[in-house]
Amino acid sequence: MPTVKIPPVLRAETGGEAEVDVSGENVGDVLRALVATHPGTEHQLFASDGALNRYVNVYLNDEDVRVLDGLDTRVSGADTVVILPAMAGGA
Amino acid sequence: MRMAAEPLDVIRNRIEEVDVAEARDEIAAGDAVLIDTREPHEWEEAHLEGATLVPPAEVTERIGEVIPDRSQRVLLYCATGNRSARAADAMQSELGYENVANIAGGIETWQELGLPVVAPEGMTREQRIRYSRHTLLPEVGVEGQLKLLNSKVLLVGAGGLGSPAALYLAAAGVGTLGLVDDDEVDASNLQRQVIHSTDRVGTPKTESARITIEGLNPDVDVIEHRTRLDSSNVIEVLRDYDVIVDGADNFPTRYLLNDASVRLRKPVVSASILGFEGQISTFAPFEGPCYRCLYPVPPPAELAPSCGAAGVLGVMAGVMGLLQANEVIKLVVGIGEPLIGRLLIYDSLGTRFTELKVRRDPECPICGPDAEEIPESELGKFPDYEAFCAGTAVG
Repeated sequence: MPTVKIPPVLRAETGGEAEVDVSGENVGDVLRALVATHPGTEHQLFASDGALNRYVNVYLNDEDVRVLDGLDTRVSGADTVVILPAMAGGA
Repeated sequence: MRMAAEPLDVIRNRIEEVDVAEARDEIAAGDAVLIDTREPHEWEEAHLEGATLVPPAEVTERIGEVIPDRSQRVLLYCATGNRSARAADAMQSELGYENVANIAGGIETWQELGLPVVAPEGMTREQRIRYSRHTLLPEVGVEGQLKLLNSKVLLVGAGGLGSPAALYLAAAGVGTLGLVDDDEVDASNLQRQVIHSTDRVGTPKTESARITIEGLNPDVDVIEHRTRLDSSNVIEVLRDYDVIVDGADNFPTRYLLNDASVRLRKPVVSASILGFEGQISTFAPFEGPCYRCLYPVPPPAELAPSCGAAGVLGVMAGVMGLLQANEVIKLVVGIGEPLIGRLLIYDSLGTRFTELKVRRDPECPICGPDAEEIPESELGKFPDYEAFCAGTAVG
């Protein structure tokens, strides 16, 4: 099962879990399965039209899915999906 | 073992010693082999012309290779003549050299008399000593150290990330360090902002940082920018610096800094920390992606908590701030592989680093091929400006 890496800002919605294993054929499936398990993540990941929010970057392993096939990018069991939000903390 | 146990005056009685003037004449005559029995970092600071370095621990092992002929006239020196006395004794008593003499007073007396030494150009004697562990590295050397001494680095934020970065960049001899911060030291900062101190609570952060830096390294010229960057001053502040270190605590400053640095074509080493995680990347305009290529729009305020609101492990500031300092030094000296086009995530609870690729966005409004020149007043802004104005402003 692919592993989703949860960034610190989303961990309140995953019960503190930093990694969540969910099944899915492509990146969109995986993220929707995450949302099904942890509904609090939905409004942070997806806009109302079902597209990824522009301020959330999603990587398949080390590659931005925007340069792959977006949410349709195929995922295998050994893959890691990384959710990367911008962080501004410096102080 | 006799060597280490015996008092020096006993040793001095059974070896030949020459004073500096005699040594100079012998060296000038060209008959003696000259051996420096100090450590490599001392050699790097200054040594006698024509000498060969054989550190004290290596004398018995290596001297036979350097001087195969046991009858050769050999002059030995160290800093003050003590280590070389022991080495001369060992060569004579244990290794069978017949014509060995120690230069009394060593290179220190030699230099006191104003005699010439071989020393790196462009640095003072104090600098040669201070930076010797840098100049010993072939990747840095005297040339790299001179680049650091001539470099100008701007730290945006004298807080969590800025503190460790400033300390190590100052120690490394970055010649000019600019500090941008309009805040004062607060007691709650001291858990991670290690450049400040308890007795400076209430002092402007730039002033507090300057006091620490000046105590650490008088070579560093500290420029305080006790202000908050905005579109009216950012170009002016950034203009004179070679590299920018982004340790800002809010999104508006990060986008502003990006837009201005792309305009000025200056690299930004950008990091952020939250909780037990940190991110770092280097944005080199037109060579790699910019901050907006990675994050085209800022997140809404509820998804962008500040360290003040959400907490941060103090050590995270140290780890990420020092990774920034490391990137700065690489950029200035021109060594290694900079973090251009790569984003490094550090998870301190798992002690794991994750590296992600960051690509230039062909539609980037700031550095993309179709990006239009925007007026200075628009730097750092967005079409949906209101959305990011809600972002946190205090860290």
